[in-house]
Amino acid sequence: MRRLAVIALPYLWLLALFLVPFVIVLKISLSDTAIAIPPYTPILDLSAGWDGLRDFVADLDFENFAFLATDDLYWKAYLSSLRIAFVATVLTLLVGYPVAYAMARAEESWRPLLLMLVILPFWTSFLIRVYSWMGILSQEGYLNQLLMGLGLIDQPLTILNTNAAVYIGIVYTYLPFMILPIYATLEKLDTSLLEAAEDLGCSRMSAFWLVTVPLSVPGILAGCFLVFIPVIGEFVIPSLLGGSETLMIGKVLWEEFFSNRDWPVASAVAVILLLILIVPIVLFQRNEQKQREAGG
Amino acid sequence: MRRFSWINATSLTLGFAFLYLPMLILIVYSFNASKLVTVWAGFSTRWYGELLRNDAFLGAAWVTLKVAVLSSTLATILGTMAAHVLVRGGRFAGRTLFSGMIYAPLVMPEVITGLSLLLLFIGIGLDRGIVTIVLAHTTFSMCYVSVVVSSRLVSFDRALEEAALDLGCTPFQAFRLVTLPIIAPAVISGWLLAFTLSLDDLVIASFVTGPSATTLPMKIWSSVRLGVSPEINALSTLLIGIVTLGVITASLVSKRAIASRQRDEQAAQQT
Repeated sequence: MRRLAVIALPYLWLLALFLVPFVIVLKISLSDTAIAIPPYTPILDLSAGWDGLRDFVADLDFENFAFLATDDLYWKAYLSSLRIAFVATVLTLLVGYPVAYAMARAEESWRPLLLMLVILPFWTSFLIRVYSWMGILSQEGYLNQLLMGLGLIDQPLTILNTNAAVYIGIVYTYLPFMILPIYATLEKLDTSLLEAAEDLGCSRMSAFWLVTVPLSVPGILAGCFLVFIPVIGEFVIPSLLGGSETLMIGKVLWEEFFSNRDWPVASAVAVILLLILIVPIVLFQRNEQKQREAGG
Repeated sequence: MRRFSWINATSLTLGFAFLYLPMLILIVYSFNASKLVTVWAGFSTRWYGELLRNDAFLGAAWVTLKVAVLSSTLATILGTMAAHVLVRGGRFAGRTLFSGMIYAPLVMPEVITGLSLLLLFIGIGLDRGIVTIVLAHTTFSMCYVSVVVSSRLVSFDRALEEAALDLGCTPFQAFRLVTLPIIAPAVISGWLLAFTLSLDDLVIASFVTGPSATTLPMKIWSSVRLGVSPEINALSTLLIGIVTLGVITASLVSKRAIASRQRDEQAAQQT
């Protein structure tokens, strides 16, 4: 009896507050916009019994999805989110890998401190970390002051409210997610393999490319997915650091909902975003599964 | 470990400078006397004073704290149960769906979670406010808790539980007297994680809240959209300070707990 309760309580909670809401989103994405509260139609009327349900189903259609396909704002936003997420993931990897590598090569007594230093920003407010770049990157910001003070530039650079600022913001906030899985694989790496490669005549450089990098691929993949997947739906970074050229689907969904109050279209945007995310999420879970099996 | 080259030293220095300089600048400029945020005009704690007199911020902080304590406690209870089910539950109908629902929220974009929960709350006619934010935060943070706790449960010697059961414990007693003390560090870090996730959340809270409840991130958001402000710098510094203190305390406490447990285990083996 108790065992049943232990299973049922979290199960029912997640069913009610995770799965059912998605069904509702799907349903509303098939409804029509209406000037009413709530602002969509038809509304399922269970009191009308079987006829109510039949009328309800008959009124659903794919109009909103057809609308998304014809208005190029939406598919441009999806493509641009994917592109920004991809470029940002590559940049985060380029910054994160050397740091993870150096951490794994550091003295053993140093490693807990270094690990703590990587994790600490993760506990600090995401919003504040994004915000901290606004003062640095603005026209009269600290970076421009520094560069002009050094005489490197004589006109302030425009960085805030461009895609460059969005990339900086993403690399900055998602860096721990990239460093930690790569560090985990590099730390386990058997260094006698590197010595063997060098004994067999490899240079240090080629030993790195032929031994270290291939063996750290599971960590690289995990890190890349942990950055790529959430960045596609990112809202805070493009809103604070991006400009009018920055088109991201998380921002479009937010505006569709809060500014245009078009719930059915916002729901349709969410459904398509979910479909796009299914592929990387499945690949990510497969990668994790493989690592769990290999790690034992 | 052999050869720690200058390349490694450089990448560590640059990497950590990148991670910490922006926050350091923020902290330094929170003590700036000038209203112009980018011009230094001498040391002052003026903005901290203004912050403490700002009732809107204090009210929002209070709402945020209430939401975070309630939701992280609920999430810890549900998440620990879920972890127990995942690791010890054996086979039951719908297990795949269950583990899918545990892992999916971890990578779900916040805009989707927020939108879907709001539509649910409106659908069932629940008044939006603190209650709906607590429900929403509990749902996504219980998944984080269950991941943290289940990684501890996996590495835990099951024979200890079985011994307790053989000696006449009920399953609940075995959990309370044997399992819970051993997984306690993971449960506590799960609670802390849930607490900071709730403290930090802007997007989901903005969707599911009503006019009656404004959280601190929502307050920060509406002010930050207009640009950098010295008051927000002061508030950020306070939050960074609290989190840093909390993380360092938690890691020291857990280090001590692990050390004392290892001593106990060694003592038990010797007798």
